[in-house]
Amino acid sequence: MIGADAIIKCLEAEGVKIVFGYPGAAINPFYNSLSYSPIRTVLVRTEQNAAHAASGFARITGKAGVCAVTSGPGATNVITGVATAFADSIPLICLTGQVNSELIGSDVFQEADITGAVESFVKYSYLIKNANDIPRVFKEAFYIANTGRKGPVLIDLPVDIQNAVVKNFTYPDQVSMRTYKPTVKGHVVQIKKVIHELEKAKKPIICAGGGVLLSPAEADLRQFAENHNIPVVSTMMGIGVMPTEHPLYFGMVGNNGKPYANRAMNESDLLIMVGARVADRAVSQPDLITANKVLIHIDVDTAEIGKNVGPGIPLVGDAKHIFQELTEQQCDCEHNEWISLLEQYRETMAPVRRPNPDYVDPAAFIRMLSRKMKSDGIYVADVGQNQMWSCGYHIVRQGKFLTTGGMGTMGYSIPAAMGAKAADPSKQVVAVCGDGAFQMSMMELATIRQHDIPVKIIVFKNNYLGLVRELQHYSYQDHYSAVDLSGSPDLEKLSTAYDLDFVRLATMNDAEAVIEDFLKEDKSMLMECLIDPMDLSK
Amino acid sequence: MKRIYSVLVENRSGVLCKVAGLFSRRCFNIDSLAVGETDDPTVSCMTIVSSGDKRTIEQIEKQLNKKLDVIKVKTFDDTACISRELMLIKVRYNKGTRRDIMEICDILKADIVDMSKTQMMIQICDIPDKISLLLSMLQSISIVEVARTGTLALSKCQD
Repeated sequence: MIGADAIIKCLEAEGVKIVFGYPGAAINPFYNSLSYSPIRTVLVRTEQNAAHAASGFARITGKAGVCAVTSGPGATNVITGVATAFADSIPLICLTGQVNSELIGSDVFQEADITGAVESFVKYSYLIKNANDIPRVFKEAFYIANTGRKGPVLIDLPVDIQNAVVKNFTYPDQVSMRTYKPTVKGHVVQIKKVIHELEKAKKPIICAGGGVLLSPAEADLRQFAENHNIPVVSTMMGIGVMPTEHPLYFGMVGNNGKPYANRAMNESDLLIMVGARVADRAVSQPDLITANKVLIHIDVDTAEIGKNVGPGIPLVGDAKHIFQELTEQQCDCEHNEWISLLEQYRETMAPVRRPNPDYVDPAAFIRMLSRKMKSDGIYVADVGQNQMWSCGYHIVRQGKFLTTGGMGTMGYSIPAAMGAKAADPSKQVVAVCGDGAFQMSMMELATIRQHDIPVKIIVFKNNYLGLVRELQHYSYQDHYSAVDLSGSPDLEKLSTAYDLDFVRLATMNDAEAVIEDFLKEDKSMLMECLIDPMDLSK
Repeated sequence: MKRIYSVLVENRSGVLCKVAGLFSRRCFNIDSLAVGETDDPTVSCMTIVSSGDKRTIEQIEKQLNKKLDVIKVKTFDDTACISRELMLIKVRYNKGTRRDIMEICDILKADIVDMSKTQMMIQICDIPDKISLLLSMLQSISIVEVARTGTLALSKCQD
């Protein structure tokens, strides 16, 4: 057995079903062995999208997605995807080919110091120098990626190691690392403190972040909130922790969130932050948000607590365990008055839009689309104005909402939707992007065709980089610089070129029938919605 | 606020870079850094001196702990530990300055470890303040070159 065979055995032992990637000379032994395995290979059209697809896959299965690329430019191309997964805490195993280990450091063809380059974007990285280390490294890598605060792990594989003979392959059952022991269970004393504060509080609120979904602790959080009648708001990455129309859910917070959600958080006297890093987009002034209130910060990553907000009451642990532990505790609390006040805010403070009837109103469109989608459908939002509208108007029922809230990488939606659909072909998967983001990953239409991954793609076309234009509208009084997207392709012709069905929606008049038709069959289709170029995200 | 971090790490290539990178990435300045193997050859000890407000210091400690190659982080201020630094300093002398230099070395307990007809090398091993004091005393005489190890520190003995 050679190193490449050993790697495949490791992947099989970890239950890997699919590898997204792009081959090259330095990763060829791996791809050769892979072709003899039942693991499915999906050839993307640029390496960054291999990581995004693996990210979409991971977010549906809850297990690390795998991508494999070659050395040098293949490895450097994948960095943005890895960094995106890191910012969003998505478990990923990224395999990179490397030049012959004897030649490392001599700047030979397609050599890049990838472990050095990705240091600040990975949870951990390995450069394998001995083929006999392969089983241990892979066992550790999957363990690191999938536990604690999840994240990407990169394994650099010199081509000679992939070809070296491996003696006595055994995949380890356990990981023994003296430096890595993530805290899962909450501290009993801290749990009691939370209950104590909750009993004192008149206006408690839970702000849930992406960590709740990663745990996954949606059901446990919901149970706890329902038991004690506690309202819930979420960050962008936390969308989907509760069904959007759940009576206790009060929307997304932040500068692009719902005004009533922000008000609810501001007026609360007890704020329970869970699995959220309290970044600038969710909470622009952390000092103000914690004034006059008790803050409880629950996170599996100790370093997040007190980083951007606090100090408050820290509670380190995995959200699922914490909510289970909290639910076991007795707690007498009642806040019907607070809930009624928030309901009143929700009714009176909803943002009012004045849509232009000559175009598709993205807000109304997204609301209609969510109603027509299957209740457990997966909605993947890209980055830009489309993300703001998606966050604001998509109605999550039993489905999932995927987007990159941390890194905000344009072009995420199409490859991530591919990964999600590949992970669970029974689900309806819809990617929604702008015409800017679409052009950053439209090469993946070929991947969708080649591997028959039937995702639905909706492009909001306004011929502008809408969100940047919006910033220039506010900051530079409509003095636009480099935001005009003239020269973009005709999407109808493009669909024909890729042999995809296409539909254009010009106004809201035919929206209902067009959406129904678009969603009817489980096959790939492209829909273009014409959006008022001057429309604003709020 | 000065803070000393005593960081036990896996003795592997690339670890120093990761730890140093953590400081630079977050714009934390390193005042000094000393690395050496411990009694266990698989473990190195890094002694890092950095400064910052309470929040920064706490963040550094947490981020260090998060690194998978870091085994243990201990932090202390200079009252809770014994710290030492070693400096070698080469100065140019003449008849007029030789006595002065020798007197300064005497007072500050520094040793002259090498000399030529025009230069001498002085070695001092002491707390960082004393090192700086010697340096400033010799500044008025001609300094040729200086090498410092950076602070080494261990927490005080306990029963």
